[in-house]
Amino acid sequence: MYPQNYHFTKDHEWALVSGDVAVIGISDFAQKHLGDVVFVDLPAIGTKLAVHQTIGSIESVKAVSEIFSPVSGEVIETNGELAHAPEIVNQDPHGKGWILKLKMANKADLAALMTTSDYEKYLEGLEH
Amino acid sequence: MKQTRFNAYHRKLGAKMVEFCGWDMPVEYKGIIDEHLACRTAAGLFDVSHMGEIHIAGKDALAFVQHISPNDVARLSPGMVQYSALMTLQGTYVDDMLVYCVHPEFYLLVVNAANTDKDYAYIVAQKGDYEVALDNASDRYSQIALQGRQAIPILQPLTDVSLAGMKSFTFAFGKVAGKECLVSRTGYTGEDGFEIYTLDPEPGIIWDAIMEKGTPLGMRPVGLGARDTLRLESRLPLYGNDIDDTTTPIEADFKWIIKFKKGDFLGRDVLVKQNEQGITRKLVGFELLDRGIARSHYPIFLDGAPAGLVCSGTFAPLLKKSIGTVYLPIGKSVVGTEFEIGIRDKKVRAQVVPAPFYKRNY
Repeated sequence: MYPQNYHFTKDHEWALVSGDVAVIGISDFAQKHLGDVVFVDLPAIGTKLAVHQTIGSIESVKAVSEIFSPVSGEVIETNGELAHAPEIVNQDPHGKGWILKLKMANKADLAALMTTSDYEKYLEGLEH
Repeated sequence: MKQTRFNAYHRKLGAKMVEFCGWDMPVEYKGIIDEHLACRTAAGLFDVSHMGEIHIAGKDALAFVQHISPNDVARLSPGMVQYSALMTLQGTYVDDMLVYCVHPEFYLLVVNAANTDKDYAYIVAQKGDYEVALDNASDRYSQIALQGRQAIPILQPLTDVSLAGMKSFTFAFGKVAGKECLVSRTGYTGEDGFEIYTLDPEPGIIWDAIMEKGTPLGMRPVGLGARDTLRLESRLPLYGNDIDDTTTPIEADFKWIIKFKKGDFLGRDVLVKQNEQGITRKLVGFELLDRGIARSHYPIFLDGAPAGLVCSGTFAPLLKKSIGTVYLPIGKSVVGTEFEIGIRDKKVRAQVVPAPFYKRNY
């Protein structure tokens, strides 16, 4: 059910890499856990992020969750749609609900992330 | 963990279940926003069987409830309900509660799930020479709330109680889906609606019958998540957030539940004094002027200085605003006053607004 060729973290962020650009979002598991997303706090363009540094936060009605960067790099774009339609994080977490794009500083960061099938196994472990 | 008699129904509906005060309860079914809006625009069905029910019966029942309640229970005829509180001797809250007058020798108190055991022990400790029998009947009761403008069209076909003729804060005994029930025109959402209590050990048919009638009319089952956003949008207080054993009803803006003229009751002396001297702080509602969500226990700042913690706070799904409550010094509690709330590493601006945030227009 999770899209192939994505990279996942244990904190349920994903990265989809094309060239040296990584699109970052949160997983379907994460959005279900959070419930209705009502506000996403995004960083400024140009912000430099280290691996696991806080990108921002996602607020649902019930809870707030920090988003951590899966890889290092510089923020080159944020998803402007989230300002007026944060619910797209719930509706399409792996697609239209993306959060930001990073120009990656070190592609070797990806080695520490889970593949789709590893992440699915990881989720099975969490459910037991 | 305790289960209500509707537990399997929630699981069948795919609810997300959480532990709440020792109970396995639905926090949401399809989503808090959907459920909140369904209740505001059509109707919502809630399992609130975790609430506590305490019976007070006997010759001195009226006198005893008068003793433990600041509101004037003598004003209740059989079939009437009153909002009140259990007070400490310091005039602070042990809990808030509903008082149902079945007759002057039998009252039903409905209290918060989190406080049921504490409340019951407290009430037992006040018994003294009063000729009353006290019974914590909570485990025998199931309770459903049906709230929203479609409540009557949904419920009337299922009951012999004449609903349209019932005034707010009254109740009647009758059958719902064939089961013996107490039906009151009360609730905790800011909407019109009913609370249905039953001692029937198999009340599931009531849930199913209401779901069947209600679903085509836009009704949805509502979990504890939206129960909280609904009550806060209507500025109804929550024990543990807005009121507790450090706050008095006068500070919480519930002076109207205190009837000083009725005679003595627990905490009266302190409340009389506070009423004469005036309060130094007051519970107010606020809206955020900046983006973000202020949640319970976030710090607040007046003129840059720490000035307490947010009591309740949420994103209000109908109003689409961030709202909350906080105790402010009386001089800073007027509508329009601005202050700041610390949200992680930021401070955002908030403003005192009139109560309630939302008021129904039907």
